[in-house]
Amino acid sequence: METTEKKKKEYQKAVKVLSPNSHIIKNCIWAFFSGGTICLIGHILRKIFESLNYSEDKTALLVNLILIGSSALLTGLGLYSKMGKKCGAGTVVPITGFANSMVSPSIEYKTQGFILGLGAKMFTVAGPVLVYGITTSVVVGIIHYFVMG
Amino acid sequence: MNLMEYLRAFITGGIICVIGQILIDKTKLTSARILVLFVVSGCILGGLGVYKYIYDFGGAGATVPLTGFGYLLSKGVIEEVDKVGFLGAFTGGLKSAAGGVTIAVIFSLLAAIIFKPKEKN
Repeated sequence: METTEKKKKEYQKAVKVLSPNSHIIKNCIWAFFSGGTICLIGHILRKIFESLNYSEDKTALLVNLILIGSSALLTGLGLYSKMGKKCGAGTVVPITGFANSMVSPSIEYKTQGFILGLGAKMFTVAGPVLVYGITTSVVVGIIHYFVMG
Repeated sequence: MNLMEYLRAFITGGIICVIGQILIDKTKLTSARILVLFVVSGCILGGLGVYKYIYDFGGAGATVPLTGFGYLLSKGVIEEVDKVGFLGAFTGGLKSAAGGVTIAVIFSLLAAIIFKPKEKN
């Protein structure tokens, strides 16, 4: 048993040494096209709202509304995680991935209750993002005040 | 209609996602860490005035990735500091992100009410 385990490990090591680059390139191509497509959709939506004479702020908000809403729907139907397996970072990095990181645990943990299940787990990823995003923004604001003020 | 503009959005967004993919494959960072890193980077690049150029070039290609969320935070905080002074540093960031965060919370809640958890295979 031990030798087969050992052989298995050695084999996995060999595979890892031989194939990582082709693997990474393939993943990157998927990430590029999927992430690019999501951004392209965002840009098309933006152009549509701009042509309807919405202000810059309102346009950005409406685009987010549609992208986050679509992501919530796809996550609920179990399609977003399927896309994620192929697309990798292409579905993680866009705002739809951020929405997915909130929607997915919300659905999964609602059986543990609406407060400590749904309510708390919703922020498993979004919580840290907000903590460090907000902190950085405060630092940026303070520096801006002393440098530019 | 300017087709180049759409191509630029596609390429900019694609490249930012490829950076994320390389980080995932090369450093084994979890996606949560990647998202934190991207928001913080976007906010710093926004504060330094660099991200504005990426935004001018890529449009939604720069705002849809989470670095764009960081940029939004920095943009909001700088505008608020210019408007109300020092205290703006504590309100500007979240103020500009209020819409996006609220939308994400509401949709998460709605999705959790509508959909059932998937069985794990």
